[in-house]
Amino acid sequence: MEGIYLLFILLLSIFVGFELIQKVPATLHTPLMSGANAISGITVVGALALAGDETLGEYTMYLGAFAVFLATINVVGGYLVTDRMLAMFKKKK
Amino acid sequence: MTSNIDLVINFTYVIAAGLFIYGLKLLGHPSSARKGNLVSAVAMLIAIVVTLLDNNIINFQWIAIAMLAGSVVGFFAARLIAMTDMPEMVSLLNGVGGLASVFVAWATIQSGAGLTAFILVVTFLALLIGGVTFSGSIVAWAKLSERITGRAVTFSGQAVVNGIIVLAIIATGYAFVAQPDLALTSTEVLYIALGLSLLFGIMLVLPIGGADMPVVISLLNSYSGLAACAAGFALQNNILIVAGSLVGASGIILTNIMCKAMNRSLSNVLFSGFMAVHKTDMVIEGEVKPLSADDAFYVLEAAQSVVVIPGYGMAVAQAQHVMKELQLQLEENGCEVAYAIHPVAGRMPGHMNVLLAEADVSYEHLFEMDEINKRIENFDVAMVIGANDVVNPAAREMKGSPIYGMPVINADLAKNVFVLKRGMASGFAGIDNPLFFKPNTRMIFGDAKETLGTIVRQFND
Repeated sequence: MEGIYLLFILLLSIFVGFELIQKVPATLHTPLMSGANAISGITVVGALALAGDETLGEYTMYLGAFAVFLATINVVGGYLVTDRMLAMFKKKK
Repeated sequence: MTSNIDLVINFTYVIAAGLFIYGLKLLGHPSSARKGNLVSAVAMLIAIVVTLLDNNIINFQWIAIAMLAGSVVGFFAARLIAMTDMPEMVSLLNGVGGLASVFVAWATIQSGAGLTAFILVVTFLALLIGGVTFSGSIVAWAKLSERITGRAVTFSGQAVVNGIIVLAIIATGYAFVAQPDLALTSTEVLYIALGLSLLFGIMLVLPIGGADMPVVISLLNSYSGLAACAAGFALQNNILIVAGSLVGASGIILTNIMCKAMNRSLSNVLFSGFMAVHKTDMVIEGEVKPLSADDAFYVLEAAQSVVVIPGYGMAVAQAQHVMKELQLQLEENGCEVAYAIHPVAGRMPGHMNVLLAEADVSYEHLFEMDEINKRIENFDVAMVIGANDVVNPAAREMKGSPIYGMPVINADLAKNVFVLKRGMASGFAGIDNPLFFKPNTRMIFGDAKETLGTIVRQFND
């Protein structure tokens, strides 16, 4: 049942995603992509549990920690670069 | 008590998911987009912080080191990257995201805890999609930064090789899920699967040419989300599934927009590198009429309205800042200036918009193709800066042309057309452009930045 319940979440969030992204104007497509990149860094949440759990063995912790490292690059780099871009989008004065 | 903490964690994930969705909603308009990005970042922060409360996380040593190192790399990458290198940056971020999912999947297998058939299937998917995303993004990055050729790389038998890789991946997947029956251990199968997925990612992007890069980047963007989503299934983590599928959906929509803008199907973009080059025996009539920048000034000085159509060449020449200067001069002269942006101009979705925003051009001056085409006849001058295929009238009038049917900006319908171009080379699609031979077209050869600079100086005198 757990799998089915997760599929439900998947289905609904894909629909929400489609509805939301369709409304993003072409002007903002690049910041949208880099912002989406940052969001995909959510993998860090999954990686944390693997990197800090000693019962899973040392090797798992190293692999998990490397995943934390990579996903953090995504999160920090993605949000900062998106912010840098969006700060430039101005109306005429 | 553990269940209480789990409850808190999962409830916070619900809040984070809500904030992610709200953030994306705010991203729907330029005036609220920056706030939207901030909301999304806050969602990420609370998701990370609450995860650290998990009772199973005992050892914080490696976590601290990894997060610190990742933050430093991310911070400097975001700060130091030039705006013109944005497509490369996004490619690399896609790749890093994919690789993170690969390592999550790998660690999941390594832990060996609770590996049911369902978990094995989704973990395999996370590994596979993550691997393809990583190696594909690296190839895309190398193409964009011209470390390897931007042209399509093909060899005979490519389709067969790809077919074999796909079959091998399916076989490995079967072995992976049903591995107790086989001689190989799960880690050995894992290495093979990883190698195959990396190889497949390379093979997928190599045959795609530079002009199709917007499609590939969007698609890889989508994959990086789907990989996170699959990892979410493997770890049974809701927030990974929600955030991953939002990213996946966003990438798919962008891919679709890009394909439509080129009047091609996704499979045509991905596999057309294998097909023979389309030959037409149609002859373009007319002659190319060059014009000097000095003479262009006199026309622009008299013009009442000018539409600027930028392309990848503007990014290469870094001509956006001097174009903004020219815009100010023209406006001072009582002339209306509009920018027409084709969806696939440049190397990624919205590439031109970011460059013009960097040069401080208001987004209210930027118009989409359909809006400008309705009134293109009214413009005195259309200035094509480093664009080629997106203004090619062959898409409208030459039935045999490979780009026939692609929606283009009808620059040739404006009263005068100036094409700023380095030489007579054809665009990335490798097709001759009849626009250059039209009676109302003048070619201004040379570096776009220098040409525009000359015109600006004339205005100043």
